[in-house]
Amino acid sequence: MSKRQANRSVVIGTIGADAHMIGGWVLEKAFRAAGFTVAFLGAVVPQQEFINAAIEIDADAILVSSMYGMGVLDCEGLRQKCIEAGLDDIILYAGGTVAAPLEIEKNWPEVERRFEELGFDRVFPNTCTAEGAVAALKADLGIVD
Amino acid sequence: MSIYLLVDFGSTYTKILAVDLAEEIILGRSQSPTTIETDVTIGLNKALAELVDVCGVDLNRVEGRYASSSAAGGLKMVAIGLVPELTLEAARRACLGAGAKLVSGYGFEIDKEIVEEIEAAECDIILLCGGTDGGDKKTITHNARMLAHSNVDCPILVAGNRAATDAVKETLEKHGKKVYKTRNVLPSLETVEVEPAQELIREIFIAHITHAKGLDRAAEFIGGPIVPTPKASLQAAALLADGAEGEQGIGSLMVVEVGGATSNIHSVMEQSPVTPQTVLRGLPESRVKRTVEGDLGIRYNAPTIYGLVGRDVFLQRLRGLYPALDEQRFDPDAHIDYLSNNVGYTPTAELELAADIVLARSAVSIAVERHAGTVKQEFSVVGEILVQRGKNLLDAENVIGTGGIFRYGLHPERVLQAALFSPETPWSLKPRAPKTFIDGDYMLYGIGLLATDHPVQALRIAKKYLRI
Repeated sequence: MSKRQANRSVVIGTIGADAHMIGGWVLEKAFRAAGFTVAFLGAVVPQQEFINAAIEIDADAILVSSMYGMGVLDCEGLRQKCIEAGLDDIILYAGGTVAAPLEIEKNWPEVERRFEELGFDRVFPNTCTAEGAVAALKADLGIVD
Repeated sequence: MSIYLLVDFGSTYTKILAVDLAEEIILGRSQSPTTIETDVTIGLNKALAELVDVCGVDLNRVEGRYASSSAAGGLKMVAIGLVPELTLEAARRACLGAGAKLVSGYGFEIDKEIVEEIEAAECDIILLCGGTDGGDKKTITHNARMLAHSNVDCPILVAGNRAATDAVKETLEKHGKKVYKTRNVLPSLETVEVEPAQELIREIFIAHITHAKGLDRAAEFIGGPIVPTPKASLQAAALLADGAEGEQGIGSLMVVEVGGATSNIHSVMEQSPVTPQTVLRGLPESRVKRTVEGDLGIRYNAPTIYGLVGRDVFLQRLRGLYPALDEQRFDPDAHIDYLSNNVGYTPTAELELAADIVLARSAVSIAVERHAGTVKQEFSVVGEILVQRGKNLLDAENVIGTGGIFRYGLHPERVLQAALFSPETPWSLKPRAPKTFIDGDYMLYGIGLLATDHPVQALRIAKKYLRI
């Protein structure tokens, strides 16, 4: 993967059949406050819409929120589709209750491993703060303010 | 009387089926070894002479002729895409649905080694895809450059990212390649659109391949284009399932064809999730689907099947069919070896027939398992959910067996049983309780050849001659 020229733009949304929206909304505020262009897609977003939005705003990253425990299933295949869509260097994050709560609590390394396998760059538990997410992305993009 | 001749130039035999469309009956059939290496009409004329002997058909009163061909290797294609599960998969489907034999498929950027493989494969058409419309351009552009500098001299069909197509075509043409372009096989990530590519493959086959394969004189005799044999079978399957105006079809179906070198599975059925809550994964499945297993055939590839099944299981299954089996006198290894070296062999002894059935059953079981989708359980906060990949054939209404084994075999229905759902592999979405039919007259290709111009009569003949 080639290191992209940071464009300070992200796509945020809640994936799959999940209607939880607050997490993504909080992230939107935080990223805007940090000077990012944000395409906030709301809830119940199919993979295709994340990708379409990312192409349109030339996004640096797609931030996927998932609160209902099926994050792994919903995120499967997103990396492959990004490659096909010409987004081969895009950064992928997932966050929230991305797997069954018990698994998150007891076996976080396994959750991280599964997301790494899916081609995600980072995965965050639901205890992560919005500022933490902004800091992580800035670091990954090599942005120093 | 309204006599039509339906010819198939097969890899081994040239077969002719004579039908009377007015009476809607099959008049007779004949075959003679295909003579593609010298002059294809030699074998054709022998088969014609035999046909006259068999059913006394008056060749001067023939009203029409159609033909298919899989001679000289059939239509050999190479598919190139980007992500294996996405554009490469769409490209594969385009090739298979056009009746091609897929020699190989490559994802991502191809390198020198792969180019050498492609050159050595001596395929008839290369299908070059990659990127959705407006998506990735880099890979298809790179792959076009690699092909441009290769010794490949077959036509190249470009059906990738629309935004890159013209540049790709120019690159290839600059290096003297014959290039065709059509719409993307995967215009967006949720849409597979293989029909334009398939239509063009058909045209290229007629324009170039017929000549390149030495089928010119055959085409002259037919007085029209020759289509790839698998395409004809696929057309027959679609006609049988869907029906024609004024004549009902038999509903959703799967056709199982076991040959000496390969096994073909066709299905015509709308994709559906196994339960309304099931999560579907992968590219959308097409209604008409074809898969080919190049490693599963009961002659050339008998050793492969035997290897997959294993000696012990093979003998156990054989004993099930032939309890009098004397293991001191029958050496399965030697028999399998013999079959692969004598590919035209038709057994007569009961033990050898049983061995053929075991091979065919095993081939069918594996081939249908690869064709049909799978379902598995996953666990989430809301409980257990089902995740389905591939095509759900559980409720297919009909299964049809075609190919030599169904004609000479002792108990062809036993072979078809292997195509059905099994409690031992509950994840495999094979048909649960279909009606089963045998194409004992080997007529399906002929029905497919008639499907465009005479659908109603073709369908009636098929329904009349399929045996339960």
